[in-house]
Amino acid sequence: MPETWLDQLLYMVILLLKIIAIVVPLILAVAYYTYFERKVIGYMQIRRGPNRIGPLGLAQPFADVFKLLLKEIILPENSNKFLFLLAPILSLAPAFAAWAVVPFDDWMVLANIDAGLLYILAMSSLGVYGLIIAGWASNSKYAFLGALRSTAQMVSYEIAMGFALIGVLILAGSMNLSEIVLAQQGGVLDWFWLPLLPLFIVYIISGLAETNRAPFDVAEGESEIVAGFHVEYAGSGFAIFFLAEYANMILISALTALMFTGGWLSPFEGIPVLGDTFLGEGSIFWFLGKTVVFMFIFLWVRATFPRYRYDQIMRLGWKVLIPITIFWVLVTAVISVFGLVVRGS
Amino acid sequence: MNAITRYLKSLLLIELGQGLMVTLRYFFRPKFTINYPEEKTPKSNRFRGLHALRRYPNGEERCIACKLCEAVCPALAITIDSTQRDDGTRRTTRYDIDLFKCIYCGFCEESCPVDSIVETDVLEYHFENRGEHIMTKEKLLAIGDRYEESIAENRRQDAAYR
Repeated sequence: MPETWLDQLLYMVILLLKIIAIVVPLILAVAYYTYFERKVIGYMQIRRGPNRIGPLGLAQPFADVFKLLLKEIILPENSNKFLFLLAPILSLAPAFAAWAVVPFDDWMVLANIDAGLLYILAMSSLGVYGLIIAGWASNSKYAFLGALRSTAQMVSYEIAMGFALIGVLILAGSMNLSEIVLAQQGGVLDWFWLPLLPLFIVYIISGLAETNRAPFDVAEGESEIVAGFHVEYAGSGFAIFFLAEYANMILISALTALMFTGGWLSPFEGIPVLGDTFLGEGSIFWFLGKTVVFMFIFLWVRATFPRYRYDQIMRLGWKVLIPITIFWVLVTAVISVFGLVVRGS
Repeated sequence: MNAITRYLKSLLLIELGQGLMVTLRYFFRPKFTINYPEEKTPKSNRFRGLHALRRYPNGEERCIACKLCEAVCPALAITIDSTQRDDGTRRTTRYDIDLFKCIYCGFCEESCPVDSIVETDVLEYHFENRGEHIMTKEKLLAIGDRYEESIAENRRQDAAYR
């Protein structure tokens, strides 16, 4: 532990540098995720997507960001000014804060705390407060409807998501994210996606719902309630909501990679020839690669499915996903008790 | 039985998977998009774009101020004044086309007995100041001089059908 004030200062500076080393690439990733999204959806609609600004359109995200930041900030006359300005920050902060416990590699983690999973769950549910407050503070009927919808939706899908993670907890025997990953050692078949396949799929679906992405984007619902909770926001306020949404999507993708597909572990581990080369070693690149695959699934689903009707979302959450997860948690418990999946084999 | 298969189908996300495969196939298809300023779609030789007044090869303007185009124009976009020139021929003193009124129907071109007023295949033009949308006789003649080659070529290709 740091003793003198100099040590403490040094400790703080190093911690701050570590935070910057996580947050700056994350913001860049968000910027390019928007570009990636427009490209992927364009390609799926047999278009080319943005390709005008910079080579291959690579400067497009910066053009968008600068446009949004230079726009006027509009405060609606009858809004609650304080909450109206607070809401974007409230939705962005948890999305970034959750990254503190995400292990990028064996040793690359900002805070390797034992209750990491609980912390993640807490942070991802906090994000909804930004939405609710934005919808309420705007004093607009569309924003209010969007906020109500997203509240109910988040509450419903949080449960399914939590149950899906309970399966992971049972198999890993730990809430520490690094230990969860290490419990999956041994190659593709030892990762948790196989014994927890239903939970894996439920987690992805409820992840879509948690981040208010299509086909669960009724909180925004362009064609029904204009833009939902952020209808009154313009310029930088809107940009921050945008940033938060995409940061959340990246976070969910990273968590799926950690919980179900072995985080930084290599898929070639344990395979005779390939596994002996550098490909068999776990590294941050495997983790990032898996995250990108799940990020692609988010966009793929958005390009494919139409929006659910609101009551269908509720039905899916309560009557389908939750019973499935409860059932599979029981199955997982049986598997675990009889030792059918050996931890960290 | 039917209900059970339907239930299993929706539970196992089979149809959703099929839907995802459709978009994945489209993802790898060649794209329809034309990169417009660099690539352009082919144009017909009958394309009706910006107007022009043509001249004879000796430099004499074709228009004889018969005012058929003015009469036929459904949008009333053409305004013509004429006078007798010193050599006794009838010529226009004013030949204005209001491009904001013009609907590019091509009737003026069809009605012209001397192939004077034509629509070129130029489609990329713009105005920066108020009033520039009125194409005067001078502007139209200049356009005709500038694009005479392509105008003549398009007329030649279409000659058999006129």
